[in-house]
Amino acid sequence: MSSGRSTVIEELRTRLDCLEAERVGLRTTLPFGVAEIDDRLPGGGLLLGALHEVSGGEGDMAYGAAAALFVAGVLARLSGPVLWCLMRPDLFAPALASVGLHPDRVIYVEAGDGRTVLLVMEEGLRIRGLAGVVGETDRLDLTASRRLQLAAERSGVVAFAVRRWRSRAAADKAGHSAAVTRWRITAAASVPLRTPGIGRARWTLDLLRCRNGIPSTWIVEACDAEGRLAASRVPRPADLVDRPAAAGAGRRLAAG
Amino acid sequence: MPVAQARASVPDLIVADADPACDLAGLRRLGEWMLRRYSPIVALDPPDGLRLDATGCAHFFPSEARMLADMVRRLAAAGIAARAAMAGTYGAAHALARHASSPRSVIATGTEPAALASLPIAALRLDPGIVDGLRRLGFERIGHMLNVPRGPFARRFGPDLYRRLDQALGLAAEPIEPIVPAGMPMVRRSFIEPIWTPEPLARAIGHLAEALCRQLSGEGLGARRLDLALHRIDARIEAIRVGMAAPVRDPVRLGQLLCDRLDRFDPGPGVELMVLTSPLVEPLDARQVESDLAGHEVSPDLSGLVDTLSNRLGPRRLFRLAPIESEVPERGGRRLAPLAPPMGLTWSADWPRPTRLLVPPEPIATFALLPDHPPVQFTWRGIRHHVLAADGPERIFGEWWRRDAELVAVRDYFQVEDEQGARFWVYRAGDGVDPATGSHRWFLHGLFA
Repeated sequence: MSSGRSTVIEELRTRLDCLEAERVGLRTTLPFGVAEIDDRLPGGGLLLGALHEVSGGEGDMAYGAAAALFVAGVLARLSGPVLWCLMRPDLFAPALASVGLHPDRVIYVEAGDGRTVLLVMEEGLRIRGLAGVVGETDRLDLTASRRLQLAAERSGVVAFAVRRWRSRAAADKAGHSAAVTRWRITAAASVPLRTPGIGRARWTLDLLRCRNGIPSTWIVEACDAEGRLAASRVPRPADLVDRPAAAGAGRRLAAG
Repeated sequence: MPVAQARASVPDLIVADADPACDLAGLRRLGEWMLRRYSPIVALDPPDGLRLDATGCAHFFPSEARMLADMVRRLAAAGIAARAAMAGTYGAAHALARHASSPRSVIATGTEPAALASLPIAALRLDPGIVDGLRRLGFERIGHMLNVPRGPFARRFGPDLYRRLDQALGLAAEPIEPIVPAGMPMVRRSFIEPIWTPEPLARAIGHLAEALCRQLSGEGLGARRLDLALHRIDARIEAIRVGMAAPVRDPVRLGQLLCDRLDRFDPGPGVELMVLTSPLVEPLDARQVESDLAGHEVSPDLSGLVDTLSNRLGPRRLFRLAPIESEVPERGGRRLAPLAPPMGLTWSADWPRPTRLLVPPEPIATFALLPDHPPVQFTWRGIRHHVLAADGPERIFGEWWRRDAELVAVRDYFQVEDEQGARFWVYRAGDGVDPATGSHRWFLHGLFA
């Protein structure tokens, strides 16, 4: 009985997928190259021709530094020019180059405020052939995100809204959006090295919302020089146990 | 002074006959140059002046004052000592340019009475006879005329006195006749009934753009700049200027760019005549369309997007960045035009660079050992971070060829990670030993992912 019901649901889901695919044309996805993440995403990767919302975690809400780098890493693995709309002029271009997004590919727009960023994004999403459109914005309501999502579907260009909040309260108040996925990128403690120094950065990726997918959390190693993430090799509880010892190592470095 | 007397006192004096026609022709050439560079509406003000309607044009420059400065500087380079003023009326600007103490003045619209009060009455473009008569009555400055009953003066000196005063104060209209250079592509369309609603305006713009493109296509040209002059029935001319990154001859796109700007246009009581000109044209030949049959990637045409955005936001707001050789991080990039050819250069990946750069760097309270250890903990914006791991120092030297103060200046950069895993880019001003190299204070300069 239950298996019969699941077959029906499966059939319905396939038919819905077909209908949606018809509406938006052929859609492609960009895999992350990390099996654990790609397995959880519909289509086996990040949907292109759609709007994705990316925000920073606790402590990084106002700047979204990790979020911006995560987006740059995705775009580095696509080809074509990128339109990057800035709300505040604090993005440091060498960082984008360090994850493989070549400076020749990025056109910056200083929009000045969050509302103008949305207008510029929509204008950019009309152009086929862009690799992607990124907007750093402090406002993204349901209507605006719906417009961006439709524009992205029509042109097949991937759009990222990097959310930048003034305060924690503003972040809590933020309503729903029509974005296909919503990510939160938080810095995670790196694996301590045996020698003094700092290891490869790690991020906690929270997939908070995903259309046709399952929200999940992963800890990954941050983008490398070609924008690729990597599954974190060290089991999570172990490195937490290691932390105090690492702190001692850091202090020894400071003293010696 | 008679010529004979002048010759007697200066033996090498060069004397030439006045040639008003030649002067006027020169003024006209200068006006046509202004038309290309600064404003779509330029009128001659013989014998020695030019009037520009700068409404909406100053956004091509950082400010109105900078626009005037640029103008005066360029004229000076051509050997012309110019004075310039910007005001809400032609009369006020005329008076300020010729009689203000500063060679360049900008006053806000509405402040004309205050700005003009101290200027002599001759600044009002009046007959010398009227100025003389007023002086004999004890009226020397414009301010004296502002608060006296008008009747007797108007009877005695004629209507000209108050017409000029009202024009300077913005109480009376002053129509001007813009110059149109010969040979400039131009189309015009007049209306039987004045129009002011957006749809008919947009439709008329569409027709004009088509007509202009027909004209351009006959000559194998494309427009780099368009000026649309909208003549209102109250004798004012409003202008819309749009620029293109590459020559364009597509009527739909040109019409769209112009219509985009209609929201800033005030139609007033209605528009009776529209004139579309293209002061800047470039050859535009038929071009073979790239094909991806051969498997090459077709680079998308972004000029339409760049045109739309730069006309809407201002041309300086769109750019690409290219690396320049500089040790100092905040000087590491220079802006390029968005459609400039690819540079092929990128930043060196030898040292980590943060995603967000704080400008200016924010001071932090730290606990660190000298001379070359990273901080053990630091406080930024009231939150204390314990440093668990750190990398550095990366020593950055000042660029002595820029400023003397940077001759010995040093910064030691560290990348530090706190207990949450957040990474920061901090530096200490100075090398930790010699106080001449810096203050030894710590700053947070950037945030890593």
